[in-house]
Amino acid sequence: MTAKVTVVEVERVAELAHLKLTTVETQDMLRDLNAILEYVAELNELDTTGVEPLAQVSELQNAAGQSVLRADVLQPSLDRATVMAQAPETDQVFFKVPKVIEK
Amino acid sequence: MSSEVKLTETFVEKPRTLAELRGDLTEGRTRATDLAAGYYDRISQVNPRLNVYLSLTKERALAQAARIDDLAAKGDPLPALAGVPMGIKDVLVMQGAPATAGSKILEGYLPPYDATSVARLEAAGAVLLGKINCDEFAMGGSNENSAYGPVRNPVDTDRVPGGSSGGSAAAVAANMAVATLGSDTGGSIRQPASFCGVVGVLPTYGRVSRYGLIAFASSLDRVGPFAANVRDAATLLGVIAGHDPKDATSSSVPVPEYAAESDKGVEGLRIGVPAEYFGEGLDSEVRAAIEKGIDTLKAAGCSVKPVSLPNTKYAVPTYYLLATAEASANLARFDGVRYGYRSKDSDTLAAMYSHSRDEGFGAEVERRIMLGTYALSAGYYDAYYLKAQQVRRLLAEEFLRAFNEVDAIVTPTSPVPAFRLGEKTNDPIAMYLADIYTVTASLSGICGVNVPCGATNAGLPVGMQVLAAHWKESTAFRVARAVESTCGGAAPSGGPRQ
Repeated sequence: MTAKVTVVEVERVAELAHLKLTTVETQDMLRDLNAILEYVAELNELDTTGVEPLAQVSELQNAAGQSVLRADVLQPSLDRATVMAQAPETDQVFFKVPKVIEK
Repeated sequence: MSSEVKLTETFVEKPRTLAELRGDLTEGRTRATDLAAGYYDRISQVNPRLNVYLSLTKERALAQAARIDDLAAKGDPLPALAGVPMGIKDVLVMQGAPATAGSKILEGYLPPYDATSVARLEAAGAVLLGKINCDEFAMGGSNENSAYGPVRNPVDTDRVPGGSSGGSAAAVAANMAVATLGSDTGGSIRQPASFCGVVGVLPTYGRVSRYGLIAFASSLDRVGPFAANVRDAATLLGVIAGHDPKDATSSSVPVPEYAAESDKGVEGLRIGVPAEYFGEGLDSEVRAAIEKGIDTLKAAGCSVKPVSLPNTKYAVPTYYLLATAEASANLARFDGVRYGYRSKDSDTLAAMYSHSRDEGFGAEVERRIMLGTYALSAGYYDAYYLKAQQVRRLLAEEFLRAFNEVDAIVTPTSPVPAFRLGEKTNDPIAMYLADIYTVTASLSGICGVNVPCGATNAGLPVGMQVLAAHWKESTAFRVARAVESTCGGAAPSGGPRQ
């Protein structure tokens, strides 16, 4: 958990996150990520063997609201024209984007 | 905090209470339209200096105010928040009003629907004045991460208002709204409330619908009110709380009459004080103010005893791993395809995604997306994300045990009073550590209130955090009322007044 992040890893993570970092930004990110990861490594001091991970507090006793799912029935949503009005580029039926597959 | 520190320029002004406003409206001393117009005047005077409002929703506000005036003229019963001028943090959507989340990436976005909390306020008669500045995607503790510039603290304009709901706290402190809504993921309501000397409420997770809240970290995000006094904050929570079919995590646990509940005294309540919140790093003047607040509770008939929360020091790293992991997933939706900002001149879809995101997101948001993506990536998931979820359970269970012995836990909300603009911007970890007293409640899902509790010698507000178990907001309000009655008040004491 104290592994040092490398430039290659920063570039790989940026690619996964669809972020385009400049050389300077990559260096800053490398410095910040390593500092933060070194800091969070404090968690290694704690023995969590056998502790169930907690993703949502509603799993806790006392904290559970009586959250219920609605009936699985179709309900009206926003109409297409309303949604398309917000699109950067559209033909009113679809969202338009640059080509997906490079030649 | 040295006592030589002077406040430079202040805009503190206490809003009228909900009861006063209601009396004025029902007895014809004020009209809702005049009240709204007065607030827009105040905003136009002080907003250029404080940068609180990002956009105004005048047409909608004045139409609502006119409806309230019609009701009053006919002698019809007025709803709970009739005519109350309010502001909405710009991470909650209002139909047709720009929603930026403090980010360039949502430039041009006009949401086609209302957040549930917004709709409930309006249905209760509130007049919604506009959208309020915040840290980008609610990520920050100083409001300096907004793409639209920082908010200044009305108590001292050289200082930050806290964050991420810095504008929502500043608006109430400077009487640019009677009350506001904010959101709290790791302290984003409580900490700015403490920096600006107002009341801020962190409701139990699931108490208030998140529908229409632009998501940061969904297992932690909560919507809550800011007000100038505890009773009004309790009234506001009662309006926005309750099950919403549009948010599956919102609970159907019955909503009490919070305001009436807050009127009950505190005699016999058991108050816990955790030593872990009074250790290294706590400013001595903040400590003294909080200890005085605790003495007030003793004098009011509470029993005060130590409680132990030994894993507290692990809360900040746990929080930053979980919150960034969730953020990296939530913010994947901002890709320039369906709404908001799209970078021009990209040849391919992949380039369009990465250019839009790079140009649209600020540095702190990119840093958190990167950390979250890294923590979730193959090979690191168990070491970081899973480990943090395990520690999250330990932290939550620690609180559940403590609440078997006490009714409420009191701590400082922040280890320091409002710091200067620019003081921490180059050190992400120093900024994260400022959340040390607030992230524990966020991770555990319990509720809390920041209540003003005195001031430093220079006149900077100090806030006490009152924490209570899940669904026990009423208890937190009662304790906060007792502190407020002797130590509170929106205006700090001791500093020079404008």
